[in-house]
Amino acid sequence: MMRVLIALWLAMVAMSAAGAEQLGDPKEGQRVFKSQCSSCHMVGEGSRNRIGPHLNGVVGRAVASLDGVKYSKSLRRLGAEGLEWRLNTLDAYIADPKVFARGTRMNYRGLKNEEQRSDLLAYLQTYSANTVKMVQTNAPQEGTADVTMEEQGYSVAPDILAIVGDVEYGAYLASECLTCHKMDGTGDGIPSITNWPADDFVLAMHAYKDKVRPHPVMQMMAGRLNDEEIAALAAYFETLGN
Amino acid sequence: MKLNRRIFLGATAVSLAAPMVNAGGHGKPRVVVVGGGAGGATAARYIAKDSKGEIDVTLIEPSRTYYTCFFSNLYLGGFKTIDDIGHTYGNLASNHGVNVVHDWAVGVDRGQKTVTLAGGASVPYDKLILSPGIDFVEGSVPGWDLSAQNAMPHAYKAGSQTELLKAQIAAMPEGGTYVMVAPPNPYRCPPGPYERVSMVAHQLKANNPTAKIIIADPKPKFSKQGLFEEGWQNHYGGMIERIGPDFGGENVTVDPGAMTVNIDGEVIQADVCNVIPAMKAGRIAELAGVTDGSWAPVNAIDMSTKADPDVHVLGDASQQGDMPKSGFSANSQAKVCANAVRGALTGSRVFPAKFSNTCWSLIDTNDGVKVGATYEATDEKIAKIDGFVSQTGEDAALRKATYEESEGWYSGITADMFS
Repeated sequence: MMRVLIALWLAMVAMSAAGAEQLGDPKEGQRVFKSQCSSCHMVGEGSRNRIGPHLNGVVGRAVASLDGVKYSKSLRRLGAEGLEWRLNTLDAYIADPKVFARGTRMNYRGLKNEEQRSDLLAYLQTYSANTVKMVQTNAPQEGTADVTMEEQGYSVAPDILAIVGDVEYGAYLASECLTCHKMDGTGDGIPSITNWPADDFVLAMHAYKDKVRPHPVMQMMAGRLNDEEIAALAAYFETLGN
Repeated sequence: MKLNRRIFLGATAVSLAAPMVNAGGHGKPRVVVVGGGAGGATAARYIAKDSKGEIDVTLIEPSRTYYTCFFSNLYLGGFKTIDDIGHTYGNLASNHGVNVVHDWAVGVDRGQKTVTLAGGASVPYDKLILSPGIDFVEGSVPGWDLSAQNAMPHAYKAGSQTELLKAQIAAMPEGGTYVMVAPPNPYRCPPGPYERVSMVAHQLKANNPTAKIIIADPKPKFSKQGLFEEGWQNHYGGMIERIGPDFGGENVTVDPGAMTVNIDGEVIQADVCNVIPAMKAGRIAELAGVTDGSWAPVNAIDMSTKADPDVHVLGDASQQGDMPKSGFSANSQAKVCANAVRGALTGSRVFPAKFSNTCWSLIDTNDGVKVGATYEATDEKIAKIDGFVSQTGEDAALRKATYEESEGWYSGITADMFS
């Protein structure tokens, strides 16, 4: 039954994404990537898994197949069914992640604009192994990973990143976060913060504290946490759910 | 035995050398929580969850289904169903081992350290946490008392009162008049009456556009006033009239039989009259003898009462300083209290008190605003550190995101209370 449903639904996905085969402009796609994707994903040389998996070679990659990434059950199930990320499946996923995989941990509302999706896919394709030729001819700024905050010159001192967080203190401090952010990692309107790599968590919180990231509630909450407290929270949320 | 008279003022991130295990000669230390709302449910859940069975936690709450006051205005506006705001206590029992007792607490013997239930039982405690919410001050709106709450609902404790008010709004005659008698400070949920007016206006605009809303308000100003007034002008131009104290808004009497409201000598015939009287701590706090005037003064560091270090009061009923009376505040205070109570009873680490609050309000579809602040414990009170408020003139996308954020918060806080 499940297989029949998936097959049927893939057919629908394929139909709805028929236009995606005509790829858009990778330069435009890079802009879309920076504004929509890069706070969680890296692509290009030196990319690693951050809040989300790195996207080198994503076109053609089996769903939920990278080691060291905490995928949702929904995506793992699709991966186990043999689903691969191709242009049509990626197009459908990016258009509305929660329709594609209801329990996905990717907290993204979806990109409704078809042309922007097409541009984005063109950009991602340039970093996929089966399209090396395109990388050489079309890739904008080849070889640089896109990390929004780092590009803006935002970073924290290595000694701050090196602080080993006190997980028990983090659990207490986290109780304040859990009024809004859900422990089970789901969320609409309020993003998931569980299972983030500790460095990313520390970077994000300091960016709020320094008012580089723009949310008033988060600026206020982070503003009164010291370096040890941020490290404690990062340590706790990294382990949460494990 | 006075072992449990330990006060840990100033304790920050230290373990207590001699935890109060086996106080009173019984097995596990016992915590009794009265009231299963944002303060009580959170405190019971955190103490049970984090003590991993080391503390016996009993939660006393008369209702089997608890309807949150927060988001009950959205039910009035048609944005949520009554079931959306109803929650039960099954998970607290099955996931965390909380002993949930559906009964009224009718007395506290602080000498014997027991709570008496309406059903006759007596429940012993080592630490008592009262989170009873609010009751109304008798005579604060002359002509109104609890026997008039069907004719003139308060709808300020969510559930059947909220359903009644919604039915009355739906039954208003064409061009009818809705009167709200707004409460004096301090009261539960400062933006609540004004969000309610927004939600009633939203309903009337769709179904009864010539109807009027009159607010008789004893306060010269109110929470998020600029934001609400801008929104009322933009969405409901002309429908809402507020009569402040400068025009007699504090001089109000009602006649529930005749359905009239007398505002400073002017008699208004109301089709719906929503009377929100002056408030005080829920009655059990008074019965426990921990109130001073209308509210229960508490120590900011752990929410213990000034009257008794083994009795804590959370949320609306407490007099704590700068935090507004809100579900978010009660939930925040409950976590500080839970950490301190657990530390006192088991020797677990006690961390510095940190408090925060954010109140979202919906003015019309996808037009959400918010106000919030962070707080710390000082010797005198819970003191505000920093805050923010939405701005007038914000663009529609930000307002929509703010509303969606409030829905995320609702899902988060109710999971934090009941999961």
